[in-house]
Amino acid sequence: MITTLITGLVLGGTYALVAMGLTLQYGISRIMNLAYGEILIFAAFAAFLLFSTLGINPILGLAIVLPLAFAFGYLIYGVMMQPLVARSKKSGTLEVDSILATFGLLFVIQGVMLVVFGSNYTSYNFLNTGINVLGTNIAANRLLAFALAVIIGATLFYVLTRTRWGTTIRAIAVNPDAAPLVGIDVNRTARFAFALGTMLAASGGVMISMYQTFNASMGVVFTMKALVIVIMGGLGNLMGALVAGLLLGIVETLVATHVDPGLTLAATYLLFLGVLLWKPSGLFGKAAGR
Amino acid sequence: MTLYSRRTTLRAIGLAAALLAGAGSMAVIAQDTGDRTSVKIGYAISKTGANAGGAGITTLPNYQLWVHEVNGAGGLEMPDGSRLPIEVIEYDDRSASEEVVRAIERLATQDNVDFILPPWGTGFNLAAAPLFDRFGYPQLAVSAVTDKAPEFAARWSKSFWMLGGGHDYTEALADILTDQHEAGTINNDVAVISVADGFGIDLITAARQSFADAGINLVYDVTYPVGTTDFTPMLNEAAASGADTFVAFSYPPDTFALTQQAQVAAYNPKVLYMGVGVGFPVYAANNGDKIEGIMSLGGIDITNEAVMEYRARHTEFIGQAPDWWGSVITYNSLQMLEEAIKRRGLDREAVAEELSNGTFETVLGEVKLEDNQLRTLWFGGQWQDGNFVAVAPSDREGAVAPRLPKAPWPAQ
Repeated sequence: MITTLITGLVLGGTYALVAMGLTLQYGISRIMNLAYGEILIFAAFAAFLLFSTLGINPILGLAIVLPLAFAFGYLIYGVMMQPLVARSKKSGTLEVDSILATFGLLFVIQGVMLVVFGSNYTSYNFLNTGINVLGTNIAANRLLAFALAVIIGATLFYVLTRTRWGTTIRAIAVNPDAAPLVGIDVNRTARFAFALGTMLAASGGVMISMYQTFNASMGVVFTMKALVIVIMGGLGNLMGALVAGLLLGIVETLVATHVDPGLTLAATYLLFLGVLLWKPSGLFGKAAGR
Repeated sequence: MTLYSRRTTLRAIGLAAALLAGAGSMAVIAQDTGDRTSVKIGYAISKTGANAGGAGITTLPNYQLWVHEVNGAGGLEMPDGSRLPIEVIEYDDRSASEEVVRAIERLATQDNVDFILPPWGTGFNLAAAPLFDRFGYPQLAVSAVTDKAPEFAARWSKSFWMLGGGHDYTEALADILTDQHEAGTINNDVAVISVADGFGIDLITAARQSFADAGINLVYDVTYPVGTTDFTPMLNEAAASGADTFVAFSYPPDTFALTQQAQVAAYNPKVLYMGVGVGFPVYAANNGDKIEGIMSLGGIDITNEAVMEYRARHTEFIGQAPDWWGSVITYNSLQMLEEAIKRRGLDREAVAEELSNGTFETVLGEVKLEDNQLRTLWFGGQWQDGNFVAVAPSDREGAVAPRLPKAPWPAQ
């Protein structure tokens, strides 16, 4: 039982890590970024490239990939999203517009990856050593991803709820129309949150590249999983994403061990459905985090 | 009124479609006359989407290599000794079966290609088979493992099935396990996991039968959904089952993950057999000498110089080695097509007949199809000293004895 719980928690750590960036982008910048998974895969390729050609280990690689991802997110928001945001002030269709725009972006990034990296499965071995946690062997790279998820989740949660800057961000999440009245530059803050989300996606990608096989067309798998977790945890709520991710990991492992591995997907969506029926705004929706 | 006009519109569309289809088939008839400067060969392949990983290793590189080599020699040789260069028309099916169907229809009716090369994957080849048949193209289905091959060959007379059926592979595996059990190397229990998709379902269905026939106990038998990334629970259960043999009918990402996670869990079955991906070049590159002793489908007779020479050419032109299972068969099928065209010209009916009845000298040696199927195949292989060598069927020339039990994973 302990084995199952630990395995589940570690699996959930990966899910949470992947979902936290999306919750920032969707919950705060109001951009439903369908190209999220592609950015994640791009970062995975970057980590692979740094590791296999330059011999830079992926953890140090984070120091290179993350600032680049942040800059990329900042740029994308400025070039692609800003016009949509400006337009939506009149029409109020930012969500639909952003879905369509990022749907296009998805194919652009995917196409670039296919040309540059090809369509093959890619994977490499890094830190694939067993570490004994309470009698269970866990791969060091997965453990690292779990730790990173918890650290990022806790830090950002603290920043968002306890600092002035965090309050600013939450202000535009709660009421983007009223925020300018108290002197908040909505545009700049939303842009920053979007870039931060891109950076989190990249960190997820780098971690995942260490233990999972990926190829250029796999991004959408991660977007879907992240979306389920984000909605389950409550939009824009980092703690929600963390808890929902871990919960999902535990449920999947429990079902795989004690019921049937074939039912893990069904269990995921059953849990999703259950949470939505019980709390339509997600586990931590509205009340706690915002 | 609205209803009426909609119905009229539908009729108009139906009429237009019928006209277009008619025009298409007329064009097919018309194209055989007149001087030609090239042979048009078309194919739809998964360059993007879920199947891109497999297609990009087993199928597409071989198409490219073959076209490159044929055109380098001046083109395809015709019966009169003249040569016509190949003109390739390529479509991406985006790993969607409806796209395969659409692309093949387009190749046949609009592009009027002379020959169509098959797509990648069992499901796609089955989806495409009726079309190949309807438009009269021979189908050299390589990356399709199906037990129904004899039935299909009878139904679609111009279809050729090159990779055997699930039973061939599972019976070969059962033979190896029975031998090892009788020699006292392993116990008679087997733990099996399989992916809940085409390949996995076919293989596990065949395996249940083959193992039962051989008197082998299936002590753990579960399926997992496509896209599963964490196999730890299944590995733990398999270890707890006490079986000496672990079999996974898995897809490449699963195979890679299983290999890593079995090491982390220090799970050391005496026989470790996994599905697609074990023969991929990246598998050996990533896992180094840890792959020693791992078994899978396929295999290569490394004493066959023609095959080894093909591997070297492939590596040089594509920039990566071919896999150890389907690649060489794909290349072999193209050589057969080339030779059949040389003997019979561009008449598809005649080429199909030649493929069916002729004997060919290819990279695999002398090849003759039995009932439109390639039967001289390797059904099981094992990594030994850096090569994925063929171990089954053990009575075929070139087979090597399996080295079992597999050594435990090196200490970490």
